[in-house]
Amino acid sequence: MLIRKASDVRSSEITPKSVYLRRREFLQASAVALAAAGCSAFPGLEAQTRVKLKGPIKKSSFSTTEKVNLYEHVTGYNNFYEFGTGKDEPKVNARNFKTTPWTLEVEGHVAKPATYQLEDFIKPFALEERIYRMRCVEAWSMVIPWVGIPLKDVIDRVQPTGKAQFVEFVTLHDVGRMPMQRTDALDWPYLEGLRLDEARHPLALLAVGIYDEVLPPQNGAPIRLVVPWKYGFKGGKSIVKMRFVDRQPRNTWQVMQASEYGFYANVNPQVDHPRWSQARERRLPDLLATTRTQMFNGYTDQVASLYSGMDLRKNY
Amino acid sequence: MKPITILKAAAFAAALIPAAALAYRFYSFYFNEDFNALTANPGDYITDQTGTWALTMLVISLCVTPLRRLTKWNELIKIRRMLGLFAFFYATLHMLTWLVFIHFFDLKFMVEDVAERPYITVGMATFLILLTLAVTSNRFSVRKLGRRWQKLHRLVYVAAIGAVIHFWWLVKADTTEPQRWALAVAALLGFRVWWAWKSKPAPARAPRPV
Repeated sequence: MLIRKASDVRSSEITPKSVYLRRREFLQASAVALAAAGCSAFPGLEAQTRVKLKGPIKKSSFSTTEKVNLYEHVTGYNNFYEFGTGKDEPKVNARNFKTTPWTLEVEGHVAKPATYQLEDFIKPFALEERIYRMRCVEAWSMVIPWVGIPLKDVIDRVQPTGKAQFVEFVTLHDVGRMPMQRTDALDWPYLEGLRLDEARHPLALLAVGIYDEVLPPQNGAPIRLVVPWKYGFKGGKSIVKMRFVDRQPRNTWQVMQASEYGFYANVNPQVDHPRWSQARERRLPDLLATTRTQMFNGYTDQVASLYSGMDLRKNY
Repeated sequence: MKPITILKAAAFAAALIPAAALAYRFYSFYFNEDFNALTANPGDYITDQTGTWALTMLVISLCVTPLRRLTKWNELIKIRRMLGLFAFFYATLHMLTWLVFIHFFDLKFMVEDVAERPYITVGMATFLILLTLAVTSNRFSVRKLGRRWQKLHRLVYVAAIGAVIHFWWLVKADTTEPQRWALAVAALLGFRVWWAWKSKPAPARAPRPV
């Protein structure tokens, strides 16, 4: 307990606004941390160093004004099966996950297929903060201050050809670095995909940070997809390849259980998961699961036109 | 003090530890700003914990008879009811988390949940069995029901199987944990079958004329 708190000392040097607004909690945590700092008996167990992102970060009108979740909760409650199926496991098991160097390939139907070092891949774009609701298919949600680059900007730069209809996101498959890939908990590597017009939507984001800091491993470092109107599992983590293809790509959860998880996975309170209702959700850390789930996770005005004429019961 | 009295007191105290730990975490989270105490999802955490402990107590209570047979320490029977009631206690808390946290007494949603989702149907049926057994666990019922009491309380085997199925059907991908519980329940029920078979009296022979 004390050791986890120790990281909050460093956070107080950074003080993003959301944290600043909750400074009382942090002051209290800092007092505990100061006491712990004098006797750092378990250096190996220390939390990963938190690093502030370099360069200016633009604010965005797409950001919600809802209350942002606590850093501890966003970084301590993760579905990232590569590092364990328990929500608290990725934080522990991804502690030493190395993300430098990191290469990212762009291939398929594009004018400029290429392999990039991650820094070069990001460099041409301005970082933006996007505070989004994230609705998990498991009927809980959080509000997360992502920092990243609009996927649209990336796509415009790599110039898909007329043949490209979909983008497939391939994530890291490295048994040595992702311990659960030794098991068959999922079909590895984790794959996700979007229709090209969905990928070009201004809300879609490639995140490289949260809370103005470098993305922690358990949240999908160094680069992950964020599609706020879809269930969280659409957001592939630790992406190594973007492939522009002419057919709808497979996505991992659909491969695992097609009756429960579809390709589109748009947040939809009218289409239940076979094992639970999607009509309501638990806005963490609420105890009651009585928050009404909104169509497209509340982004209807922006995205509904992408699906006009489609039967969303069939294309769940 | 007799050993069984000491064991019973110790078991009582031990069985309360999970509830006490949960209460302490609840206090830490909501009144002492330790936001790791119940994870980011306190409702889910409490549901998981109470469910796990209900199943654990149920399995422990099913261990009493095999232990009694193997050790021939017959007095062990005196802690069986208490353990069963603890299983019911945690199952009640577990069911209440569903009723309050998930549905907040919304009858329409609850009925839909029970009717449409097999793991909830099985969970609720299991709870109703435990409720019936808890209500009829007193001396009065034992006397009143006579031989039927034992028959009725054999439903605990169905409850144990139901609890495991309920757990199995709710996990998303990794069934390692429910598999272990299934194994434990299978072993405990298997013991009973084996014991009954072993101690079946030799087939009665027709009396011969002397």
